[in-house]
Amino acid sequence: MTAFEPKIVAFCCYYCAYAAADLAGSMRLAYPPNIRLVEMPCSGKADARVILKAFEEGADGVYVAGCLEGDCHFLKGNLRAKKRVAALKKRLAEIGLEPERLEMFNLSGSMGPRFAEIAREMTERIRALGPSPLNRGRSPAGTAQEG
Amino acid sequence: MSGPTTESKLEKLLREGKFVVTAEIGPPKHASAEGIRRHAALLKDWVDAVNITDNQTAIVRLSSLAAGVHCLQMGVEPILQMTVRDRNRIALQSDLLGAYSLGIRNVLCLSGDHQSFGNHPTARNVFDIDSIQLIAMVKKMRDEKQFLCGEEIKEHEPRFFIGAVANPFADPFEFRVLRLEKKINAGAQFIQTQCIFDLERFDRWMAMVRERGLHKRAAILAGVTPLKSVGAARYMQQAVSGMIVPDDLIARLKKAADAKAEGVEICVEQIKYLRTVEGVAGIHIMAVMWEEIVPTILEKAGLRSRT
Amino acid sequence: MIVAEGKPLEEVYALIAEAKKVLVVGCGGCVTVCLAGGEKEVGLLAASLRMKRKLADRPLETVEVTLTRQCDPEYVEQLDRYVTEEIDAIVSLACGVGVQFLAERYPKWVVPALNTKFAGGTLAPGRWEERCGLCGECILHRTGGICPIIRCAKSILNGPCGGSQNGKCEVNKEIDCAWQLIYDRMRLLGRLDDLLTIEPAKDWSKAKDGGLRKVLREEAILA
Repeated sequence: MTAFEPKIVAFCCYYCAYAAADLAGSMRLAYPPNIRLVEMPCSGKADARVILKAFEEGADGVYVAGCLEGDCHFLKGNLRAKKRVAALKKRLAEIGLEPERLEMFNLSGSMGPRFAEIAREMTERIRALGPSPLNRGRSPAGTAQEG
Repeated sequence: MSGPTTESKLEKLLREGKFVVTAEIGPPKHASAEGIRRHAALLKDWVDAVNITDNQTAIVRLSSLAAGVHCLQMGVEPILQMTVRDRNRIALQSDLLGAYSLGIRNVLCLSGDHQSFGNHPTARNVFDIDSIQLIAMVKKMRDEKQFLCGEEIKEHEPRFFIGAVANPFADPFEFRVLRLEKKINAGAQFIQTQCIFDLERFDRWMAMVRERGLHKRAAILAGVTPLKSVGAARYMQQAVSGMIVPDDLIARLKKAADAKAEGVEICVEQIKYLRTVEGVAGIHIMAVMWEEIVPTILEKAGLRSRT
Repeated sequence: MIVAEGKPLEEVYALIAEAKKVLVVGCGGCVTVCLAGGEKEVGLLAASLRMKRKLADRPLETVEVTLTRQCDPEYVEQLDRYVTEEIDAIVSLACGVGVQFLAERYPKWVVPALNTKFAGGTLAPGRWEERCGLCGECILHRTGGICPIIRCAKSILNGPCGGSQNGKCEVNKEIDCAWQLIYDRMRLLGRLDDLLTIEPAKDWSKAKDGGLRKVLREEAILA
């Protein structure tokens, strides 16, 4: 049996997480290939509809990565994202998905190792949860998914 | 006291300048009048009239009108409490006619506790008119022989002795006396106050009452409540709206070897003090769930039996 | 504006249990402003319903449309081309008025996705509060611009009642006593004496108690 490989979408703020991902790359830090990065002008731009859409279209996990609190380039974008993620976790539960499949992280552009750590942490979390219930038809439990 | 005379014995006593005593009976949450009759018999020789609460704290109870009739049958003069929470102007006027036809002569006009406090918090409230408008309506029926709508009551108009309540412990404090004046202007002839525990604040309120001469226009009956236990006092302090129970009173109950006896003692002291306050025309005892203690308190306070 | 909030997903889900294809209709008026029923909420609700149904192995098809207003026939008409044969239900994210306007126009199963709460305003982003009781005969000039009919839990016109303490209502310490506000305001305006006038019993026939209310404006009526 092949191990389940989660598909994870990370909405990353250009000013921090996205830069940290770059840095992680330059530092040759390995992080799981399960993460699909989406560059955002600010974590506060992560629309609730787009996050839900990611789940609907097959993501097993989603996270939003924004600047450290107090350091948002647009002042309050990361705080908005935090609240939006909290509200969406409730919505996921109402739909019937585990709220843990969605998370909010904060880091700075210089935190390359932390970026890799978050990617590993989230991959392990989703791996433990198993495939999204929405993907059951798409990929039977225990089968590897096409990247 | 303004207004024409009615057949109310309470009014007669007040007009004679007697220091009156009223007490409160809360009707039961069932359909037997046995308890009401027992309490009426107990209080009969000690008080001049008995208030019958109207679904107090918005909990469904035997109707105040029916309980009032049971009191009458026991030879006790009832004061019919009437809230505007559950009945519109049509039902209120209808019940006023009915109450009068059954021999009830005193009515106390109130807003009523909000239904969210009671056992039917999902109920819709009425509040078609407010307590001051109710006072004015009872007066209009009596003095102008008209229904609220202006239609003439051709004969047998209900002639009630009109009461109202005042809470010296609610806010805004400076407006409480002005609102009392509004009630008196609307037609209130006797006033029963909220339970008094904070005597200092009551004194300040009475000073304002005297300053505006309101004690001469309406009889002020000071409300007291004996505290049965520390728990009861705490409940009054925290859960009952519009109430002030000073901490030192609770401390005194706590220190006492016998809290019940101390509660009685405190109440007796309060009554003795209130009797000396200029403008206080009587005492209203609200011994909630402890009606049987009333004779003891009155005896100790030197308010002798009526017989 | 009319302030509304979304019904729990479970409830809307149950209302359209039989449907295979639903039209999810938003409203660009009040409920967009109070974040309950605009284009974004339509997207969220439709996606949520689709996913929930997929988890139940009963896929749902949705069509999303947001009208300028659902309380005006000229906008409601724009739905005509979306209300096709295969639409089994219409989910309206409008206030109760919008839901009814849709139901009046289309012989379809129309369900409300919102609970209409009150006529109020925005205190701060994300916070709305009731202000008007829609009584049909405004008395705000007599109460310092504060409405006792809706802001007092007992609608007292000669307040405050004995439950007012420390400026708060007896019903809930989170609610300001309307009559404390009125008192403070009238004092500020130097008009405390006005409060000594007894406000007479209100004519509720001008409120909802008088039956269905209509407003006519002659010069605006052409037909």
